[in-house]
Amino acid sequence: MLLRIWLLTTLVILFALSVLTGPAGLTLVDTVRALFLGQGEAATLVMREIRLPRAILGVMVGASLGLSGAAMQGYLRNPLAEPGLIGVSGSAALGAVIVLQTGLAAAWWLALPMAALGGALAAVMLILLLAGPRGSSLTLILAGIAISALAGAMTTLVLNLSPNPFAASEVVFWMMGSLSDRSFDHVWIALPFMIIGWVLLLSLGRPLDVLTLGEDAAATMGVETRRVRMVMVLGIAACVGAATAVAGAIGFVGLVVPHVLRPFVGARPSALLWASALGGAAMVLAADLAVRLILPDRDLKLGVLMAIIGAPFFLHLIYKTRGELR
Amino acid sequence: MAALASAAALLVAGSADAEAPTRVVSMNLCTDQLAMLLADEGQLLSVSHIAFDPLASPMVEEAAGYEKNHGQAEEIFAMRPDLVLAGVYSDPYTVGLLRRLGVDVVQFPLETDFDGIRANMLKMGEVLGQVDAAQRLVAQFDADLAALGPNGEERPSALLHYANNYTSGDKSLAHQILLAAGFANATTEAGITVAGSVPLERLVLLMPDLVISGQPYPGASRAEEVLDHPALRVLQQKQSGATLTDAEWVCGTPFVLRAVARLVDIRERM
Repeated sequence: MLLRIWLLTTLVILFALSVLTGPAGLTLVDTVRALFLGQGEAATLVMREIRLPRAILGVMVGASLGLSGAAMQGYLRNPLAEPGLIGVSGSAALGAVIVLQTGLAAAWWLALPMAALGGALAAVMLILLLAGPRGSSLTLILAGIAISALAGAMTTLVLNLSPNPFAASEVVFWMMGSLSDRSFDHVWIALPFMIIGWVLLLSLGRPLDVLTLGEDAAATMGVETRRVRMVMVLGIAACVGAATAVAGAIGFVGLVVPHVLRPFVGARPSALLWASALGGAAMVLAADLAVRLILPDRDLKLGVLMAIIGAPFFLHLIYKTRGELR
Repeated sequence: MAALASAAALLVAGSADAEAPTRVVSMNLCTDQLAMLLADEGQLLSVSHIAFDPLASPMVEEAAGYEKNHGQAEEIFAMRPDLVLAGVYSDPYTVGLLRRLGVDVVQFPLETDFDGIRANMLKMGEVLGQVDAAQRLVAQFDADLAALGPNGEERPSALLHYANNYTSGDKSLAHQILLAAGFANATTEAGITVAGSVPLERLVLLMPDLVISGQPYPGASRAEEVLDHPALRVLQQKQSGATLTDAEWVCGTPFVLRAVARLVDIRERM
């Protein structure tokens, strides 16, 4: 409970900082007046149409990625499982890029999130098929490498074939993710899918807790592994698909956040789900603040920052679990 | 045989003086247009493939009468040109290779203002041996510009907004087109004089009277998504509207006057 209050407070502070930070150089009074009272036409546009959706998307994307990581790790009982690293985000990006370049996304607004969801779904199912129900680290990571590489290559191909001269340079966005110049259009595209994903994944709290006792014990307590698996797959696909469709593939959030928070929740997956959602939101907001403060004019990609923070965690986890990898 | 062919071409060239090149190939969109406007019939063999792209070229119909080249040294050399027209930013390897092969390559500078346009028209007339035609074209250009009428006292502000939040700065043809049409450039007025990317927030704070966006290419890109950002949409609806830059904005040719005329029309309705 204390952890939740602490995380929520951090989140609120980061959200406020995110809304207050930007290149427009508005004063604190101006921003508050514009945001809440709509005073000052230009400032109101900046606050309500540019900064607010960016901060909201940061929360949505972070919560989705943190939650997905926690759920996947809980189900596979493997701390290395993370949608970004094993190619789920990359496959979602491929789905998104395909509908964007074929014009389907422009014709029908649901096409973009649905295609990203489809890509993510295919990747999760393939990973689970290859890694098996236990999700041994070795097969999980090897399968993940292959799927990531293929999805990345196909994304590059689609963007290279695009008639649009700007598309090819956007491989970076799809592989590294960014929240710059997003709008409420993107919030509305992603939100319905994310809500579905959140509901599905948060419903897994008790089954995941029981699963820590082993599958046989869980079965005797009425937990259907198959159903849990299906709910998790759909939940992760919805969360990661929607997040990637609007913000690109941002890796390591689902790895770092549950890893940091696990000691505080006594390794209970159900508590970790909630904590990781809040923590993920805070983490992405913080990262998005950092990219704006470090290099304000260069649109530094979120994924770059997350990798700098996350990769050492990942290497540390591999080092810790290396006995199991053999 | 070759001598016979060039003699025949000379005959076709007609009014061109004896020194004039007879097998001209252009490999740059802007030299394409000037050459098509000034060359004698049969004098110009080929124009760049971009001249065939309606998004970038205002002379697509005229271009259809010429062979298409892709700016490759090999294909251009195979056309046995006696003059190749290129821009200063054309691929230096291609230009260097053609020169080593003994082909005469003339490079044209980028036009950043209307004087640059006049200078390039005259230069094109000179290298094509069409000096009289070039002078007539310049005279027509000046007359058409004068006919657009004087600018009002009040200069409404216009924002040039391209993909990736790019703006043109004050050393650009687009900036000169705005000024000629009686607008003030919103970004340069605010002290942003260097061409480059400007954060969307800062652009919105300028509250321009008119938003002029880059024309979107087919396919999709995140770079172009900002052109349709809700914050700009609000500006466009509230203010006097929006317009696109198009093929007529790209090159320093008499076609820029059409762009100026359209802007003047918008300004007068404001």
